[in-house]
Amino acid sequence: MLKRNVQQRHRVVQVITKFLIPMILLFAFYVQFHGDFGAGGGFQAGVIFASVFILHGLIFGEARTRLVLTPNALRILMSLGLLLYAGTGVVSLFLGGNYLDYSVLLSDPISGQHWGIFSVELGVGITVAAVMVSLFYCFSSKRNFVGHISHPISESELDSDG
Amino acid sequence: MVEWLAFYNDWAVIVIMMAGFYIMIARYNLVKKIIGLSIFQTGIFYFYVGLGKVDNGTAPIFLEPKVIDESAANVASGIAEQTILYSNPLPHVLILTAIVVGVATMALGLALIVRIYEKYGSIEEDDIQAIDSQFICQLDDKK
Amino acid sequence: MFFNNHFSVLLVVLPLMAAPICVILRSSKASWLVALISNLVIVLLSLSLLSHVINGNVVRYELGGWAAPTGIEYYIDGINAILISVVSIISLATLVYSKQSIRKEIAQPRHYLFYAGWLLCLTGLLGILITGDAFNVFVFLEISSLSMYMLIALGRERRQALVAAFRYLILGSIGASFILLGIGFLYAATGTLNMSDIAERLPLVNGSRTVIVGFSFITIGLLIKTAMFPVFSWLPNAYQFAPSAVSSFLAGTATKVSLYIFLRFFYHVFGTDYSFGNLLLGNILLPLAVVGFFVMSVVAVFQTDIRRVLAYSSIAQIGYIFAAISMATEQGLTAGIIHIINHAFIKTALFISVGCILYRYGTANINQLGGIMKSMPWTCAAFIIAGLSLIGVPLTAGFVSKWYLISAAIDSGWWLIAAMILMSSLMAIIYIGRIVEVFCFKNSEAEGVAKVKEAPFSMLLPLWFLIIVSVYTGINGDVVVDLAKFSATQLLDNLPGLNNPVGNPL
Repeated sequence: MLKRNVQQRHRVVQVITKFLIPMILLFAFYVQFHGDFGAGGGFQAGVIFASVFILHGLIFGEARTRLVLTPNALRILMSLGLLLYAGTGVVSLFLGGNYLDYSVLLSDPISGQHWGIFSVELGVGITVAAVMVSLFYCFSSKRNFVGHISHPISESELDSDG
Repeated sequence: MVEWLAFYNDWAVIVIMMAGFYIMIARYNLVKKIIGLSIFQTGIFYFYVGLGKVDNGTAPIFLEPKVIDESAANVASGIAEQTILYSNPLPHVLILTAIVVGVATMALGLALIVRIYEKYGSIEEDDIQAIDSQFICQLDDKK
Repeated sequence: MFFNNHFSVLLVVLPLMAAPICVILRSSKASWLVALISNLVIVLLSLSLLSHVINGNVVRYELGGWAAPTGIEYYIDGINAILISVVSIISLATLVYSKQSIRKEIAQPRHYLFYAGWLLCLTGLLGILITGDAFNVFVFLEISSLSMYMLIALGRERRQALVAAFRYLILGSIGASFILLGIGFLYAATGTLNMSDIAERLPLVNGSRTVIVGFSFITIGLLIKTAMFPVFSWLPNAYQFAPSAVSSFLAGTATKVSLYIFLRFFYHVFGTDYSFGNLLLGNILLPLAVVGFFVMSVVAVFQTDIRRVLAYSSIAQIGYIFAAISMATEQGLTAGIIHIINHAFIKTALFISVGCILYRYGTANINQLGGIMKSMPWTCAAFIIAGLSLIGVPLTAGFVSKWYLISAAIDSGWWLIAAMILMSSLMAIIYIGRIVEVFCFKNSEAEGVAKVKEAPFSMLLPLWFLIIVSVYTGINGDVVVDLAKFSATQLLDNLPGLNNPVGNPL
């Protein structure tokens, strides 16, 4: 019943949100991938990316957002982001450089630097976005299911890319 | 007096930090404590931001230098181009990291508060202490 | 031993990468295995590092290939290498122990979080020990602290554990923020964050008020983090309510690593002359340390929960260490480092044995544990040996460190301090003796004591490993003493800066 009421009352907001979501996503990608030419980078892009899902959760109800992006997927995404970050460093170790020395990644040091920072920032972006959404789930679900145990993972993961 | 005012950013930092510190000490509500901690840390962030600011410096994004004088002598000696003053980006980058750490601390603190509220039914430190000491008294009675 | 320069960075990267793998795997057993294997590799790497550094080498590793004052540098000399080995060995031992112990303390679906948090905490602790960059110290400190808060909140007495974790979070964050502010002032004064570089540039701005302010902020922040006497209030609750594996790990490593930051900053970055000569840090620390170890030993006598006794005794031991290092002499520093190492092993062993008792009896209240020597002989024997070591009975590790402590005090002409240390050791006899008396001679009140079995082998193994290490270092004290002397002289010699690296005699 609540669900129908919400949908009826917020029809305008919902339609506008549907228009906004792709644009915000596009902007997040712009900030992410344009980060090495201008202001931007993984942190900011991750938060912008996560804000889409938070907006979706606020307007359409958190239960529907959970169907789009399940907590399990978030758990794996945040781990993969961290692994991508640390893995880039390990690859450069194997290629004979120091840890996180991007110059050795490709034959040309400058494009090596470019792709190195690209993949590191991508890792940061994925982790930050996943952590932000899971923080949102963690706190928003409390009101509905008191006593439900959510994953405190988000806290321990967040600091790891700091 | 004027000399003192010249350090207005430091005064702001001191006021913000001490406000946060006071809240942490004087308030027994756990959420308020976290808010106090957050304000306290914000004071430190401002300190770092102030540290990196160079008077009249722009944001440290590379700009094409403007050519102001094209006479051959100046080009040869390398002063043909206008120098651009940038702010120091390092403290700002450092504080970006510290802000992330601060967010993590706040998220963890709030998550703990949610759990504390579930278990104790209160987030006032006095109540929590009263419940705990009552609990210990009951244990002693059982023996 | 085989050594490669990249070992230093792998020490941080391995646990950092193992943590998300644990989260992906999500199964209790698999994540334990991942944690164990990565920890085993870390122990091997750290021992190889130690054997390399002990020959007088200093490892410098440039992250990302950027040269030192610009880029972040990992810097390892004697003291780091020793503590890295100690922390990784203790972590391995407690990790072996944790497999059984957390089955009764943490719900099965959360086990993988426990191991992930553990690995992140290890990342932070090792990172603090390895890095040569002042700001990196702050970041790693927060990584280890945040995961430690989470681990404490998983405790078995969930309610109190949550409050204990929250208190630790507030105080720990204040401490870390003060350290951050202090580092900011140092950066303002010197324009660099590399610790060796700061050390070199500080004499140029000697007497600057900015440096003094930074110095004070770092001192206060570190005192909170080490749980020094007046600002220890987070520690007893955290140790008591955390899962027993976590309190063993916490007791052995967290405060020791904070002590390391203290040594690094005040002996290396600021320099001994500056901090203990000009600014008279010793005059502030020493009274606090003496009051601390004395009062806390008295408080420990009146506790009923064994974990709380051990927690207060930990604060007292930190007092001893501070008393030793505030002498600012080579003997004092050596005694402090010896005590850091020995106490780390002893306290971990004590907490593990209490954890074994907790595993079988479900309580650590001294009044309910009469006569358990009969049912758990191995655990109690280990507790008694470690307890004797804590008191400082000859042939134990504790004796070696107390001996050096007292002789360092006498060398500095501080007879009163030496007497106080002896008095407080007597106090340790009371609080350990009280527990041992209950274990061995008091009749059991609780029914069914005889039915309780000895703790499982996988819990006894790490316990006795730690006991054997501490007894061995007690009988053959030279091992630890030589290491400590070596690193103490290295610290006091005002380490070589960037411009004259070791191995390149000028």
